[in-house]
Amino acid sequence: MDDLWYSEYHTPNVRFSIKVTSQLHFEKSDYQTIGVFDSPEFGRFLTLDGIMMLTEKDEFIYHEMITHPAFAVCPGISRVLVIGAGDGGVARELAKYPQIRQIDIVEIDERVVEVSRKFLPQTACGFSDSRVNLFFEDGLKFIRRKENEYDLIIVDSTDPFGPGEVLFTREFYGNCYRALTDNGILINQHESPFYDGDAQEMHQAHKRLSRVFPVSRVYQAHIPTYPSGHWLFGFASKGLDPLEDQRESQWELLRIPTRYYNSQLHKGAFYLPNYVKELLADE
Amino acid sequence: MDQDRAPLQEALERMRRDRLVPFDVPGHKRGRGNPELTRFLGEQCLSVDVNSMKPLDNLCHPTSVIREAEELAADAFGAAHAFFMVGGTTSSVQAMVLSNVKKGDEIILPRNVHQSVINALVLCGATPVYINPQSDKSLGIALGMSLSDVRATMESHPDAKAILINNPTYYGICSDLKSITEAAHQKGMRVLVDEAHGTHFYFGRNMPISAMAAGADMAAVSMHKSGGSLTQSSVLLCGKNVNPHYVRQIINLTQTTSGSYLLLSSLDISRRNLATRGQEIFDKVERFASYAREEIGKMGDYFVYSKDLVNGDSIFDFDTTKLSVNTLGLGLAGIEVYDILRDEYDIQIEFGDLGNILAYISVGDKTKNVERLISALSEIRRLYKKERKGMLEDEYITPEVIRTPQEAFYADKISLPLQECEGKVCAEFVMCYPPGIPVLAPGEKITRAIIDYIQYAKSKGCVLTGPESMDVTRLNVLKGE
Repeated sequence: MDDLWYSEYHTPNVRFSIKVTSQLHFEKSDYQTIGVFDSPEFGRFLTLDGIMMLTEKDEFIYHEMITHPAFAVCPGISRVLVIGAGDGGVARELAKYPQIRQIDIVEIDERVVEVSRKFLPQTACGFSDSRVNLFFEDGLKFIRRKENEYDLIIVDSTDPFGPGEVLFTREFYGNCYRALTDNGILINQHESPFYDGDAQEMHQAHKRLSRVFPVSRVYQAHIPTYPSGHWLFGFASKGLDPLEDQRESQWELLRIPTRYYNSQLHKGAFYLPNYVKELLADE
Repeated sequence: MDQDRAPLQEALERMRRDRLVPFDVPGHKRGRGNPELTRFLGEQCLSVDVNSMKPLDNLCHPTSVIREAEELAADAFGAAHAFFMVGGTTSSVQAMVLSNVKKGDEIILPRNVHQSVINALVLCGATPVYINPQSDKSLGIALGMSLSDVRATMESHPDAKAILINNPTYYGICSDLKSITEAAHQKGMRVLVDEAHGTHFYFGRNMPISAMAAGADMAAVSMHKSGGSLTQSSVLLCGKNVNPHYVRQIINLTQTTSGSYLLLSSLDISRRNLATRGQEIFDKVERFASYAREEIGKMGDYFVYSKDLVNGDSIFDFDTTKLSVNTLGLGLAGIEVYDILRDEYDIQIEFGDLGNILAYISVGDKTKNVERLISALSEIRRLYKKERKGMLEDEYITPEVIRTPQEAFYADKISLPLQECEGKVCAEFVMCYPPGIPVLAPGEKITRAIIDYIQYAKSKGCVLTGPESMDVTRLNVLKGE
């Protein structure tokens, strides 16, 4: 059999490779390149601009961790805006909450959704929920027109270069603040603290976020296929604290099925290694 | 002519291919002698940083490839002759002035000229006759010249040799170039156009009329602004009644004999790009600007302006590729918004004055960056909006010319604290920068209104330049006057 490997540069000096059995799709959309591959170890996986976005094997970690912590703090969330997330994974997790009335998903690249629908049913099933409204627009433009409309905004973006760049800017965070209700929470993928390049981006993003939101915390998860495997998420709000305001028993009563997230892990995820704390404290 | 050609680029590529052994300057020898610089700027770039040589022609006396490139540029701009300039549009403006007026001559110009024009008068000794550019009080910007003001000034100064016109202004405002040109030519005056912000008028669709199309005699065009060439490169255009050989002699008075081939080739390549793709490029720029205007206009408090200002005279036309926004409705000076955009949002715009900001939109822009600018302005409105009070209107202060710029510049002078300068004759420039329009020029009377304006501009964070006293706490004034 052919010895085919998919490689991604995690830094100019570090390469992450997984064996692939076939390439199912490749295209250049108006915004980025989109690829889908099958692999023996990680199952099917999606790449954007040559960077792995999700694999069938470990996507549950990312999608659960970007979704559930906010509900543990504010179980009554009813209107949700998701930016990015063209694969449907976040929508799938959100669909587990019956009290949600509205799930608006703003993805700039319609092709990502179409490709996901065709090749990635494991996540794209999220789109079939009747509460989901899909908008194919620039996230920054969409949110600029919103005021006091959402209880939760989830920013499931690509890295801060390429089409996702605007989703790491201060003006975007400021627009999110305005779009959120008083109890509103913003969750974003916050890059990795480990490699220098990623850490710099993470630091910048955190600094900008902290200047807009009075509460700005960071939590972590272990995602094997992301650079260094150590990934961070941002939790920002107008007042709610992810630990002090955790409604553990209320969330437990909802009986949301999860494979990674649980109430104990929620607490643990906000306890960070010293080097990460120092990086975040460094203004 | 074949606008797909770029004779200078072709000659430089030939030179590179022929692997000529350099025993001439520059001493970095295609970058090999300066590896740090080569790493920083790139080998491609250093390999064409070369000196004049036979196959590459000579900027001071062009006979082959530079001449061909200039001829192509003249053709593209609809001019009789074009000069490639390497000292910025400042050098084009100065060559234009020096070619047409000398000591004792009068030249008519609007007060909102670029400092390079008045500097040229210091060099040549001509006397400025200023026309008050009309101004829009609510926006606090200078407009174009009104035709009746121009006619009246020509009547009262019938011996003036030339008139200089800013077209468009920094803000995109155009005067009635064609009528002014006809009026001047009837009086036997030359028409010189500072077209620093108007390169695209020659290449875009539905643009205001360009200087050459209006029949002007000379025009200074900043290719490096909307034209996309390298900073410091510029083009000087001449109409059919101008003797190009005399203009070349004037240019050679001050121009370097080592014209940079980086700058020259950038002019050549940009001209080709504009001539072949200009329409689509400026259609795109126009779309970006219109979209941003519409979105910013919807936010409230910001006032965006465009062709709606046109009044048939002092605003004869408007350059819709310019994104000018008045910020006074927010209770913020333009310069404050300019600073907030850079310091808090990492967005650098072209300038902010007392009441306006100008974002330069060009072929290099991307939709997402335009969205960022719009969103940042929306955030600034949410976070920084304040009561509108104490915002001084940017008043036009009529200059009182007591001596010519040259006389005043070279006269005996003394330095006085700013507050004691009232009634004295200024010996130096005071610019409020940007946009580099003189508050005082050498030879002008310093009034109370001017002193107040200087202090206000300082307090609003404008950069004042020109005087020997760098923080403008003192001014040099003429001794005994």
